[in-house]
Amino acid sequence: MDFATDLAGIVLGGLSAGTVLFVVSVGLSVTMGLMGFVNLAHGAFAMFGGYVIVLAMNRANIDFVPALALGFVVTAALSVVLERLLYRRLYRAGELDQVLFTIGLIFIFIAGITIAVGPESQTLELPPALGGQFNLGFTHYRTYSIFLIVVGLVIAFGIWLVFERTRIGAQIRATVDNRRMAESLGINVDRLFTITFAFGSGMAALGGGLGAEFLGLDPQYALKYLVYFLIAVSVGGLGSVLGVYYAALLIGVLDFALKLYLPKGGTIFIYVLTILLLLWRPQGLLGRKET
Amino acid sequence: MSASATSAESTSFAARINHPAARALIERHRLRWWEVLPWIAAIAGYFIFPGYLGFGTELLVAILFALSLDLALGYAGIITLGHAAFFGAGAYTVGMLADHGVWSEPITGLMLAALVAAIVGLLSGLVLLRTRGLTLLMLTICSMALLEQAANMAHDYTGGFDGLPNLPITPIFGVFNFNPLYNNTQYLYALAVLLACFVFVRTLVYSPFGQSLTGIRENLLRMHAVGAPVRRRLIICYTLSAAIAGIAGGLWAQVNAYVNLSSLDLDRAATVLIVLILGGYGRLYGAFVGAVVYLALEHFLARIYPTAWQLGLGILLVFIALFARNGILGLGEALWRRYGGRHKPSAPS
Amino acid sequence: MAALRRQAQAVGAIMSETRLETRGLTRHFGALVAVTGIDFKLAAGARHALIGPNGAGKTTFINLLTGVLQPSHGSVLLGGKDITATAQAERVKLGIARTFQINRLFRGLSVLENVYIPVAERMGVAPSMFNPAGKRTDVIEEAMYLLEVLRLGDVAQHRVSELAYGRQRLVELAIAIGLRPGVLLLDEPAAGVPSAESHIILDAIERLPEDIAVLIIEHDMDVVFRFAKRVTVMVSGAIFAEGTPKEIEANPEVRAVYLGQAGARAGDHA
Repeated sequence: MDFATDLAGIVLGGLSAGTVLFVVSVGLSVTMGLMGFVNLAHGAFAMFGGYVIVLAMNRANIDFVPALALGFVVTAALSVVLERLLYRRLYRAGELDQVLFTIGLIFIFIAGITIAVGPESQTLELPPALGGQFNLGFTHYRTYSIFLIVVGLVIAFGIWLVFERTRIGAQIRATVDNRRMAESLGINVDRLFTITFAFGSGMAALGGGLGAEFLGLDPQYALKYLVYFLIAVSVGGLGSVLGVYYAALLIGVLDFALKLYLPKGGTIFIYVLTILLLLWRPQGLLGRKET
Repeated sequence: MSASATSAESTSFAARINHPAARALIERHRLRWWEVLPWIAAIAGYFIFPGYLGFGTELLVAILFALSLDLALGYAGIITLGHAAFFGAGAYTVGMLADHGVWSEPITGLMLAALVAAIVGLLSGLVLLRTRGLTLLMLTICSMALLEQAANMAHDYTGGFDGLPNLPITPIFGVFNFNPLYNNTQYLYALAVLLACFVFVRTLVYSPFGQSLTGIRENLLRMHAVGAPVRRRLIICYTLSAAIAGIAGGLWAQVNAYVNLSSLDLDRAATVLIVLILGGYGRLYGAFVGAVVYLALEHFLARIYPTAWQLGLGILLVFIALFARNGILGLGEALWRRYGGRHKPSAPS
Repeated sequence: MAALRRQAQAVGAIMSETRLETRGLTRHFGALVAVTGIDFKLAAGARHALIGPNGAGKTTFINLLTGVLQPSHGSVLLGGKDITATAQAERVKLGIARTFQINRLFRGLSVLENVYIPVAERMGVAPSMFNPAGKRTDVIEEAMYLLEVLRLGDVAQHRVSELAYGRQRLVELAIAIGLRPGVLLLDEPAAGVPSAESHIILDAIERLPEDIAVLIIEHDMDVVFRFAKRVTVMVSGAIFAEGTPKEIEANPEVRAVYLGQAGARAGDHA
């Protein structure tokens, strides 16, 4: 039974961590796919949202789920302000300026949180219903992980549905495919981007809150996991929701497996695989080929 | 044949060569009076601030590292967030050779550091430089993270997370000792290394090869269409840039007598990028200005209140990205063009 | 025009010889057939126009000739030698140069540097790493000469992005001529240029050395009939008709599919 327990741990733990990675990264993928904007500060939105959620719970005694909603709304609102005031000035700028700008934003977020809340790590107390172990029949596993996996499935399916079945989803897909064409068809790309940017940042906030229990939450969060977010997005393929979902789950499971069997620096394989994949398919798993 | 074509024909070789545009290009590589100023300042600093030579040495290393990035990013337009891979390769070359008692002579040590970093640059360049844009950015980050993890895993050779402290570096020419308390030797040594590398980079960027790098930066597709072997040029440039970054890393390990994972991390790669862009890229001297401003601010502000330093730096970066894309030197040039009267020929190049 | 005549001798072509030829050239993009079964010959010293409605595959054809794209079937021959597998940069060295429909210039560099780069590349100077670019006065002189011929001497020192669009088109042409090609492919050289300035570009094209084989994609029928000795009409990725301008103009089928509309448009302008 030992192996079965290990396997369940790898698969379930990996899937739940991958889910968090997906929820944080999906917005980044869509906004990068839409505008080609290199937004390294996306992780900072996740961190900011995580703080809103944790502080709402710990200091204002708001329940977990309403706190998640609050984090989503506040972060989305903040992102709209930043997008309108700052981001849009750099849409036509080079990658270098975008990198510099978003690194600057990361520093501002890190310093801002350190000043406002403090440098120490924040802990998130799960509601009792999600705290225990869940009986799966063949083994027990943390209820929260199962909860995350289900939530991730729902979110991925929901976003996919929006993408495939709604007008705005069709507009986003058309714009990711060919922006100039979309503009000439009368799609308001600016407005589209503001909406997806806000939604993506809100999702990042949600991911920050959902993952805070096991990823921790401190001001360095914005930088610490940045590489993982970027890997998920580029492996999945810019602008592809399902691509990011698969990539994130894959990375999560791989990470758990490597940590178990190769505790010393097993993450090296994630980098190796990412490099190989990007050399084989620069556009990622499900991304559109660049023209 | 129109009249003006005939008149163009009748103007002589000498007339064309004496056209102001031709003269500007012909004289572009000549030393200008102000180019000695940084070196005078560096030597003056040695005498005026004997108590700050440790800081000064750190500054010289930072300039050298930023200069190496300027070659790849500023001139050839290779956007990378993984340049610390080469800095670290050089640093670990020096560190491991010295720690295991294989080689501890500093000058040849730097040459080995350059060689190893160049090999890493060549190999990764062969693979990575087929891509562009975001994919390239990701690949540079990943390959640097890969090296960092490898250094972390190979604990027996690299000291893992703790690094290798107390490196035994022999005196320069067997005479001048590296003294951790008085940084005189380190400072002058670093200055000499920087000068040598600077002369190399300066020669390179003003050569036809350097001109073709700027062509690649400005329009890749057109460079293909004029028959340039673009990928080969990029790989050569990347390899040379890596070698210089390796020298900077080796120098850093030597003057500090230690090496650790911080030489390979994203923080260092981001910092050198910030330093270069802050000063102004594609301008040679941007590395100098950026390093001085960045390190001075960090040194004095971070000591007072580290978080405020980080906040200030963030605001500064946002400001530069939005309003001063060519860095401090670019801002200076724009002001000079506006208020200095004389119309200056276009830079960078 | 001494330098360009020098160039003429360097090319050393016999006028009736076929410089560039394609056989059954075909290119698919997925299910879309962009170019299909093109048999085409460009003689040395040709003044050949390629016309056809938008989306006919003209630019794809140029991209296949220059090696930007690889054909799905068929071959490209230069001076009788098969160059289908030859890389783009190598084809330039063999004497095929082109201009782009939309300017592709070194925007941040000066006009002189824009021309220095191709000339240095052609002369084999560009790999030189340890001598200053300014020491090669031969390269600079030739670049300046080209600029003077194209009446760009007064702006040689300006950043190319500061020029008006029409003059940028001339720099585009200067870069291609600086390569001293035997075959010059011009993709709508006067596109986007105000008609008051377009004559400068057309003058420059008319003054090209006689033995360069020139293929020009153009929409303006006045230009085509003024410049071209031979015209090929492309429709839906295939050659629809070929002949002298007079023959093409008189061809009722061509008039039906193409000249009718284009002629009407040209009439509006006049």
